[in-house]
Amino acid sequence: MQNALRLIFFLLVRAFVLVFLGMQVRRRNLLPATGPAIVVANHNSHLDTLVLISLFPLHLLPRVRPVAAADYFLKNRFLAWFSTKVIGIIPMIRGHASKHFDPLAPCHEALARGDILVLFPEGTRGEPEKLEHFKKGIAYLAEKWPQVPITPVFLHGLGKALPRGEFLLVPFFCDVFVGEALTFHDDKNIFLDDINSRFKTLADEGHFPAW
Amino acid sequence: MIDKTLLFAIGGIWGLLALASAIVFAMVKLNPQKNLTELAQRTKSWWVMVAAFTFAMLTDTIVSFCFIGFISFLALKEYFSLIPTRREDRRVLFWAYLAIPLQYYWAGTNWYGMFIIFIPVYMFLFIAFRMIISQKTEGFLNAAATIHWGLMLCVFAISHAAYLISLTPAGSEKPVGPMLLLFLAFLTQFNDVAQYVWGKSFGKHHILPIVSPKKTWEGFIGGLCTTTLASFLIAPFLTPFSKPESLFVGALIAAAGFIGDVTISSLKRDIGVKDAGSMIPGHGGVLDRVNSLTFAAPLFLHYTRYFYF
Repeated sequence: MQNALRLIFFLLVRAFVLVFLGMQVRRRNLLPATGPAIVVANHNSHLDTLVLISLFPLHLLPRVRPVAAADYFLKNRFLAWFSTKVIGIIPMIRGHASKHFDPLAPCHEALARGDILVLFPEGTRGEPEKLEHFKKGIAYLAEKWPQVPITPVFLHGLGKALPRGEFLLVPFFCDVFVGEALTFHDDKNIFLDDINSRFKTLADEGHFPAW
Repeated sequence: MIDKTLLFAIGGIWGLLALASAIVFAMVKLNPQKNLTELAQRTKSWWVMVAAFTFAMLTDTIVSFCFIGFISFLALKEYFSLIPTRREDRRVLFWAYLAIPLQYYWAGTNWYGMFIIFIPVYMFLFIAFRMIISQKTEGFLNAAATIHWGLMLCVFAISHAAYLISLTPAGSEKPVGPMLLLFLAFLTQFNDVAQYVWGKSFGKHHILPIVSPKKTWEGFIGGLCTTTLASFLIAPFLTPFSKPESLFVGALIAAAGFIGDVTISSLKRDIGVKDAGSMIPGHGGVLDRVNSLTFAAPLFLHYTRYFYF
């Protein structure tokens, strides 16, 4: 039932994205074809999650799980139901990490199940169409799962279509640049620098006028 | 009941496309060392475009209007995604998109007066008015001009092709308007292909080397002659033109098509991209496909309307 609901929702999302947005995807073949895997992307808009999920073939839909902030997406009962059951998020509790509490625990469980995690290491949508430095969480996760491939995906245009704080969607084409997958290496800082620099390279592929 | 002439003409396009595909197929087989992927991709995309066009032409005139309106939308979206826009103008762009259904409504209801002034008078003024609400004066003139120009090219100019459908006289048995649209659409696209083929085969002397380094005099003149001849041959079936007129209209479509094409090239060169998009494999974006229509459609509509309707 839930899977059917999710399938219908994402079919509608696909049709909507196709007609009103339009994607120009480079190297779609580099996306993971099976789990466990991690996809990391820059975050500008609520549309990011929907577009990323609709890049995957439908048979992988039950496997693809976006990681999203619990404080935002579990705000009320309806939103919580919609986020967890229809979008299929893995809720993440932000800012309470301690010895007794690991906010990444649900991510570990999902990877152990063989899911494909969709993560936004900037932590927030932030300023539209501006690449922010990644937070450390992704490095902790990667260190725990050194065999799991991490695929960087750079998104552009969705922050123009629906930026933070806006409810009116304005159609824009969006660019999706998929990069080569990497796995954890050296230590957390070096690895984080590596991911950041890969995003910089992906972003430089397009020549986007400042916005 | 679908008109026989219209059906026959569309059948002719399918036949021509089948012939062209056979030639491309043979070329790919005979020259395995040459890289002809783009040509093969282009041909494949033509099938999809011709199928969509056929569907839009043969179902209902409302579908035809929606189809061309949707092309306007895709072209405008491509344009707005390409040009530098100001963050403050996000909602202004939303209003610009809303001009599309209205403009095609005027076209569909044959309200010529409104059709012809709506964008260049009322939308232009309204866009400027809406822009001052955000009180950002820096870059105002540039932003207003680029948004206006986008509406002009992608909506106003292309909607002229749709207006042709409304030219059918009341009570007419024959779908006069759709046949005119078919005539224009076929000749502009045929001219693009003819110019490409002549240029590829005999091109030597550059015509506008800075704007479009691949365009040559040989391609332009070869295309112009071929299109004029094609117009002469098919005009008696689809249009009310006399023989000398059909020659003139053919040359007009070819020349206007060329100017539209290089105008979009100029725009892309200014921005620094090769293609306006990547929606149509082998062709680039929608704007790359309809560029010739932006100049040819208004000229063709006005010529036909003033002399015949």
